[in-house]
Amino acid sequence: MVIKKKYDRKTLLRFYREMKRVREFDTKASELFTKAMIAGNIHTCIGQEATAVGGCLALNPSDFIIATHRGHGQCLAKGGDSRMMMAELFGRETGYCRGKGGSMHIANVGIGILGANGIVGAGIPIGVGSALASKILKTMEVTLVFFGDGASNTGEFHEALNMASAWDLPVVFLCENNKYAVSVNIERVTKIKDIAERAKGYGIPGVITDGCDVLAVHETVKKAVERARAGQGPTLIEAKTYRYHGHYEGEPQMYRTKEEVMEWKNRDAIERLRKEIIEAGFTTEEELAGIDKEVKEEMEAAVLFAQNSPYPERKEVMTDVYASDNERGVAR
Amino acid sequence: MRQLTYSKAISEALREEMLRNEAVIVMGEDMGVMGSVFGITRGFMEEFGADRVIDTPISENGFTSIAVGAAMRGLRPVVEIMYVDFTTVCYDAIANQAAKMRYMTGGQLTIPVVIRAPGGAGRRNAGQHSQSLEAIFTHIPGLKVIAPSTPYDAKGLLKSAIRDDDPVVCVEHKLLYAGKGEVPEEEYLIELGKADVKRAGEDVTIIAWSRQVLSALDAADQLAKEGINAEVVDLRSLVPLDFETISNSVIKTHRAVVVHEAVKRGGYGGEIAAQISEELFDYLDAPVKRVAGLNVIPPFSPALEDYIYPHSSDIVAAVKELLL
Repeated sequence: MVIKKKYDRKTLLRFYREMKRVREFDTKASELFTKAMIAGNIHTCIGQEATAVGGCLALNPSDFIIATHRGHGQCLAKGGDSRMMMAELFGRETGYCRGKGGSMHIANVGIGILGANGIVGAGIPIGVGSALASKILKTMEVTLVFFGDGASNTGEFHEALNMASAWDLPVVFLCENNKYAVSVNIERVTKIKDIAERAKGYGIPGVITDGCDVLAVHETVKKAVERARAGQGPTLIEAKTYRYHGHYEGEPQMYRTKEEVMEWKNRDAIERLRKEIIEAGFTTEEELAGIDKEVKEEMEAAVLFAQNSPYPERKEVMTDVYASDNERGVAR
Repeated sequence: MRQLTYSKAISEALREEMLRNEAVIVMGEDMGVMGSVFGITRGFMEEFGADRVIDTPISENGFTSIAVGAAMRGLRPVVEIMYVDFTTVCYDAIANQAAKMRYMTGGQLTIPVVIRAPGGAGRRNAGQHSQSLEAIFTHIPGLKVIAPSTPYDAKGLLKSAIRDDDPVVCVEHKLLYAGKGEVPEEEYLIELGKADVKRAGEDVTIIAWSRQVLSALDAADQLAKEGINAEVVDLRSLVPLDFETISNSVIKTHRAVVVHEAVKRGGYGGEIAAQISEELFDYLDAPVKRVAGLNVIPPFSPALEDYIYPHSSDIVAAVKELLL
């Protein structure tokens, strides 16, 4: 088996654990939202764990990511603390953004998360800006930009990929094509079959990968990261994936059939890895059940941490609008 | 003291800050080989290299967002949007990205970007190259907005803006570029958020910014001949606003006229007038007057264009109405 030659036990168990963390986090978030314990909107990435984990684990800790509005998994996989993330979803002072950003804006420069974005496509040029900084500052960090099929139809996608390729910047574009921009099937609004094909227009490699196979995503991203780090410029990767839930929790999903959802669930990335690593003799059902239990406990602890954390004080509404002269800036 | 043009003063500010701090870069359309369409960065590419003087494609939203991303990583980009009218195609980058990143991340991200945007009418450039759009930026929390009227102010304010950790929009009136003024050889900074009393007087306060400061000073000269002493307050910074200087002046004169080139409806003059009315009502002897641009699109024809923005005669007339 190829898997035996390429991977060691520790790495494979890490892939498994991280994907379980992502699923458990968003499963919890979904439950809490349904119970009205989380306000606003959340976009879960259940079903898309392999792209978040396969992508982020191809990076060094000092590398950067740009996350999306469906970005809990991306942030967790990049080293995000589940407690601080959950606290942010709860709007608490202990959250990554001290409750001011919520689900769509989790950021932490220290661990390389340059923020998610509520404007579809807007993160792509910001990621290119990070890559430009790496080039100008002559540092080796690569920036991995996550975005979806919807974002691939924005003008910002074009502007960003054009500049990144023209200037050979150290950036990797990872498109999580989950087929739907909210309700609109990508095939109904896009002539070409594969988004990766657009790479030709920028003179960069375009690669399609199976978004339900964490090892395939990982290998594809790793190669692109190495290329970027070597100064050879960007790569456009399209991972074919699927979200099991609606665009947001509670969204009616009139645009797809139960059969289609079932079909994708049968190709589930976590189940696939579980089966592969047990069959290859790396682990046992019992060991994985132990990991499952630990992950469940981690996320339960995260929820408790969030629930027990204080809300930001009312005066915080006026802070951090400006880095300097904030008081006058908000006064009038 | 030596005399410099407004554009040369801006150029000097950029060059000095680039020499002082390697993190400062300039980017925008035609900034490199051409040295910008207004000649602001002429010679910069030769001096600082193409990595720090970046010729971008015509992708305003893309490159302004790139500047935001680069700022997150420690660079201090100064972006030129060739005409302020073009900021409408990068409104997301300015209003949703640059302005909000700090607050939305609980103070974690710092976006030290300066967006220079030449604006204003009078060059027969028609509807999409002649507007004054500063009010749009003042409406977005998270942005600072400056609009200098003299070479001295332009240099000192721009240098402070580049050193500031917040996104700053610098509105430069194109008809000011060729105008000369005193600029000392030695280095100086002008703090953001400090207005300047360009002329002292007791009878009426004229509040203006950018090119209309020149009209206001001209009007004050004309009024002086008739024995009316107008005080001219140049705001210089629109956000943060130096209301203290406005207040001190209005308490003294009891009358205020706000002047700007931008269209009257929704203009920043309305905001200034409202704040004076709310807070200084008891000191006023007359309602606050606005003298501002017509609510129209800049027309091309030289026979029409000059009617859309205020002239000193309009300011004189407004002051006389207040003093009746």
